[in-house]
Amino acid sequence: MPQNYVPIFIFIALIGILIPVTLLAAKLVRPENPSKEKLMPYECGIDPVDYSRGRYTVRYYIVAILFVVFDVETIFLFPWAVKFKALGMFGLIEMLIFLAILIVGYIWIWKKGALEWV
Amino acid sequence: MLNYIKSYLDSTTTPGQAGNMFWASVYILLIFLGLSVAVIAMNWLERKILAHMQVRLGPMRVGPHGLLQPIADAIKLLIKEDIMPSQADGFVFWVAPIIVVITAFTVFIVVPFGPTHAVTDMNIGVLFMLGVSSLSVLGIVMAGWASNSHYPLMGALRSSAQMVSYEIAMGLAVVSAVLMTSLNQTGTGTLSMIGIVQSQQAQQVWFAFKFFPLGLIAFFVFAVAMVAETNRAPFDLPEAESELTAGFHTEYSGFRWSLFFLAEYSAMIAVSSIAVTLWLGGWLRPFPHLLSGSTWDVVFSLLPGITFLLLGLIALVGVFRMPKHPYFRVQTIGLAGFGVVLGLIGLLLFLPPVRGRIQDIFWFSAKVAFFMYLYIWYRGTFPRYRFDQLMKVGWKVLLPVGIGVLILTAVAGVLL
Repeated sequence: MPQNYVPIFIFIALIGILIPVTLLAAKLVRPENPSKEKLMPYECGIDPVDYSRGRYTVRYYIVAILFVVFDVETIFLFPWAVKFKALGMFGLIEMLIFLAILIVGYIWIWKKGALEWV
Repeated sequence: MLNYIKSYLDSTTTPGQAGNMFWASVYILLIFLGLSVAVIAMNWLERKILAHMQVRLGPMRVGPHGLLQPIADAIKLLIKEDIMPSQADGFVFWVAPIIVVITAFTVFIVVPFGPTHAVTDMNIGVLFMLGVSSLSVLGIVMAGWASNSHYPLMGALRSSAQMVSYEIAMGLAVVSAVLMTSLNQTGTGTLSMIGIVQSQQAQQVWFAFKFFPLGLIAFFVFAVAMVAETNRAPFDLPEAESELTAGFHTEYSGFRWSLFFLAEYSAMIAVSSIAVTLWLGGWLRPFPHLLSGSTWDVVFSLLPGITFLLLGLIALVGVFRMPKHPYFRVQTIGLAGFGVVLGLIGLLLFLPPVRGRIQDIFWFSAKVAFFMYLYIWYRGTFPRYRFDQLMKVGWKVLLPVGIGVLILTAVAGVLL
């Protein structure tokens, strides 16, 4: 029922108001005297060498792509799990085929070395 | 007024389901306050327990046995200068901690403290909770990116890769718990958090012990994944202080930093309460059949009061062990007052009208507290993983184990 979901918005509104208000209220009591050195990015006391939003390793992209595949798979499993007993043997075999296809892909990923982090 | 409250307390649905938005708001405020108190208590307890594990004393100066230390810290953080690096992306930097806090807190809407003690109960509760808790990655990446500094960016990337990897194992473990709910007469399970606990009640077994050891393995997978999901030791690589100073919140200071702190601890409480709901029977008391009968019912209903009385007694023992020096006089009186307050709460919980209603909440909180102790224990015991080991555990151990347990549970469910 839709009314079950109304408290979510109450909650988000409450926190979304409460926290910015506290942040602004704290502005009244805290000191504010910035200097050039203070506003530098923290790098253990050394002057920052370059712009930090540079390039980073491609592994993170691979993890993100793999996550999408496997998370969608998990979401597909939920409706089956809810109706599991009602679907019985038919549902089990069907889902085993689904998982088998996925596991083949998983083994392929593993053999390709996409799961290694070196 | 009193009758109005009393009639509400005896209702059989959650305020969200009844469409009673006033009571839903009251519950939300209570959760908000309770969480803040829990985070403050957790802060003190973690320092104390960790210190005693390492044969130190921990905070001792502010208040008796450092009891006021978290409050002193909160005041310090509030009046500390708030620095935003000059090259930071202002709006993203500002909004990131708020997103993290909102995601960590919103999960508590579906957490059932009792059959009627939840803000609301929706039929997609588990999915809602998985979805919302995974949104916190967004806030962390925003924080790391907006800071425009090397350490936060590294920490944010690591954190997102780790949370994303362990979420899959977590999801698979949750599927096998959902699957167990459907093993009844109608053959239809449920995704609602209250429904899951009620089906554990109906099947007369906590899901951690169903199809032994399958339920236990799924529970174990979830328990490992939830530590990684909250970026805690031994999976605290994103904030590995010896390599990355503080990870994604290196550039945050003052009150904004404390928002990340608040979010981390409430996320810990959130995933612990999910684990308790799915596997350890939520608000159900242990051994309902072995220790049944009216005598045991009375004994179990007295336990909340006894717990608080014991805590008060510990505080009073501490009073007598305080040094007998005028310098400690105020602290001794304070500790005695604290013990008396705890004892009075204990006596209040003995009153029959309170006693019956507090049980669910007590058992739920006790189970969650056990998980919170485990978190501290892990931190005191395990060394940190290396990043490639972490990814290996997530992708090559927990994921196949999760799928295997799911298949075996399904086969067992069909055959048995």
